[in-house]
Amino acid sequence: MRRVGLWFGLLFLWLPVLLLAGYAFSDSRIPFQWGGFSLRWFHALAQNEQMLESAWLSLRVAAGAATVAMLLGGAIGWVLARRGPFAGRALFGALAGAPLVLPEVVTGLSLLLTFVLLQNLTGWPAERGALTILLAHGTMGAAYVAVVVQARLAGMDGTLEDAARDLGATPATAFRTITLPLMAPSLVAGWLLAFTLSLDDVVVASFVSGAAGTTLPQRVFSMLRMGLTPEVNALALIILLLALLAAGAVLVAMRRRTEM
Amino acid sequence: MRRLPLLLPTLWLVGFVALPLLVVLMLAIAEPGPGVPPFLLPFGWEGGPVLRPNWEPFALLVEDDYYLSAFIRSLWVAGATAGLCLLLAFPMALGIVRAAPRWRAPLLLAVLLPFWTGFLPRVGAWIGLLRDEGWINGILRGLGVIDAPLPLLYSDFALFIGMVHAYLPFAVLPLYASLSRMDLTLEEAAADLGATPATVFRTVTLPLVAPGAAAAFLLVFIPAAGEFVIPELLGPSDALLVGRALWQEFFQNRDWPVAAALAVALLAVLIVPILLFQRLEARR
Repeated sequence: MRRVGLWFGLLFLWLPVLLLAGYAFSDSRIPFQWGGFSLRWFHALAQNEQMLESAWLSLRVAAGAATVAMLLGGAIGWVLARRGPFAGRALFGALAGAPLVLPEVVTGLSLLLTFVLLQNLTGWPAERGALTILLAHGTMGAAYVAVVVQARLAGMDGTLEDAARDLGATPATAFRTITLPLMAPSLVAGWLLAFTLSLDDVVVASFVSGAAGTTLPQRVFSMLRMGLTPEVNALALIILLLALLAAGAVLVAMRRRTEM
Repeated sequence: MRRLPLLLPTLWLVGFVALPLLVVLMLAIAEPGPGVPPFLLPFGWEGGPVLRPNWEPFALLVEDDYYLSAFIRSLWVAGATAGLCLLLAFPMALGIVRAAPRWRAPLLLAVLLPFWTGFLPRVGAWIGLLRDEGWINGILRGLGVIDAPLPLLYSDFALFIGMVHAYLPFAVLPLYASLSRMDLTLEEAAADLGATPATVFRTVTLPLVAPGAAAAFLLVFIPAAGEFVIPELLGPSDALLVGRALWQEFFQNRDWPVAAALAVALLAVLIVPILLFQRLEARR
C-alpha cells in the first residue's frame, strides 16, 4: 500500500518515454499511431542531412562546453573546498552558484547582451554561433561541476594532502598525486552532467545564437512547434541508448576504481 | 603560482556571470533604437560624459496590466507546479528510502533515467498522448466516458502535466537526501510510545523533512517561474507568462530594453526565494 505512490510516480515518469521508444518502430506516418514494425524512421533520420549536421554541431559544442565546465568547475570546486578563507569568498561562491538558480531566459538574455556589447567594443566574438553557445553552456555547466567537486572534496578532509606535504611533497606534487585522483570521479560525473545539459538546452542557445539557430534541440523545438514527426521518436531513442551506454561505462569504471 | 587557480575562475565568473547581470541592468534603462544592435546605451560621450537613462521600460511594466498579469500567472503556475511536485515526490522519496538497501540505487536511477531521452522528445511524447487522437482521449472514448475528444492539448491541464513531468526529479532528489539522513528509529520510538501513525507523521517525520521539502519546493519554483518551452509547446496559445513575454519582446518585437526590464523584474521577484534556497543549501 505504501508503495503505491512510488509506482504511480515512476509510471508517470516512464509512460512518455516507453511510448516514444515503442512508436519509434512504428511504420505509420502519423506519430504515435501503430502501423506495424519498421525501421523506416531510423532510415529517414540517417538520410536527413540537416538533422545530422545539427547533431554533429551539438555534439561538438556539448563536448567543448563540458570540457570547459570540467576545468573551470573543477577549479571553482577546489577553491571552495580547499583554499580556505580569502577576501571576497562569499561573493565568489555566490557568482559560482548563480547559474544554478537563474531562470534560463535571464541567463540567455544577459549573456547575449554581453556578447553584443563585447563585439561592439572589441570586435570579439566576431559572430554568434557555436562559440558563443559553447561559452554559455560552459559557464552554466561549471556551476554544476563545482557543486559535485566541492561535495566530493568536502567529504574527505585535507589530512591526506597534509600527510603528503609533511613527507616532503611540493604543493604541486601533493595536488597531482593526492587531490586530483580524489577529484577524478566527480570530474567525470561533472563532465557528463555538463554534456547532457548542453545537449538538452534550447532556450540559452536560442538567445546567444539566434532563434533560428541550428543546434539539434533548436531544430527539434521548431519541428515540435510545427507538428510532430515520428523522426523525433527515433532520435530520442538513439539519445537514450547512448546515454545508457555512457552511464553504464561510468558505473563500471567507478566500480573498478573503488575495488582496486 | 598559488594565485593562478583562483585568478582564472574569478576572471571567468566576473566576465560571464557578474558582467552579464550588470549589462542586463544597464540595458533595462537603455533607449530602444532602430540600429543594430537596436538600442542606445544609457550613457555616452558628447563633448563630456552624459547620462540618458530611459525609465520607460520599467514604467511600461508597472502601468501595463499585460505584464503584471504575466507575473501573477507565472508565480501561480510556478507555485502550483512546485506544490504538485512535492505531493508526488514525497511518497516516491519515502518509498525509495524504505525499500531494501539493494533496491535504492536502481530505484533512484529509475527516477533519473527518463531524463536522458532529452527534454524536447519527452514534451513531444506528451503532445502525442494528449492530442485529440491521442491515447488518453482514445481510452476515455473506448470506455464510453466521452463522445467527443476532450481538448486536452494546449490547455492548462497539459501545461501542468508537462511542468510536473519535467521538474519532478528536482523535487525527489532533495527529499530523498533529507529522508535518507533521517533516523528512522525516531518514528519507531514515537510509535512505541503510543503515537498513532498520523501523529508520528505530523510530530516526527514532517519537522525532520521540512528543510528538505523547502529546498525541493524552491528548486522547482525558481526555474519554473521563468519557464518558456513547456508553456509554448503544451499550454494554451494565449497563456501569458513572463518567460514567453520576454521571448516575444526579444525575438518578435525586437524591443531589447523591455526584454531586459522583464529579466530584471523577474530577478527582483525571485531574489527572495533564491537567497532562501542558498541559505538552506549552506546549512546542510
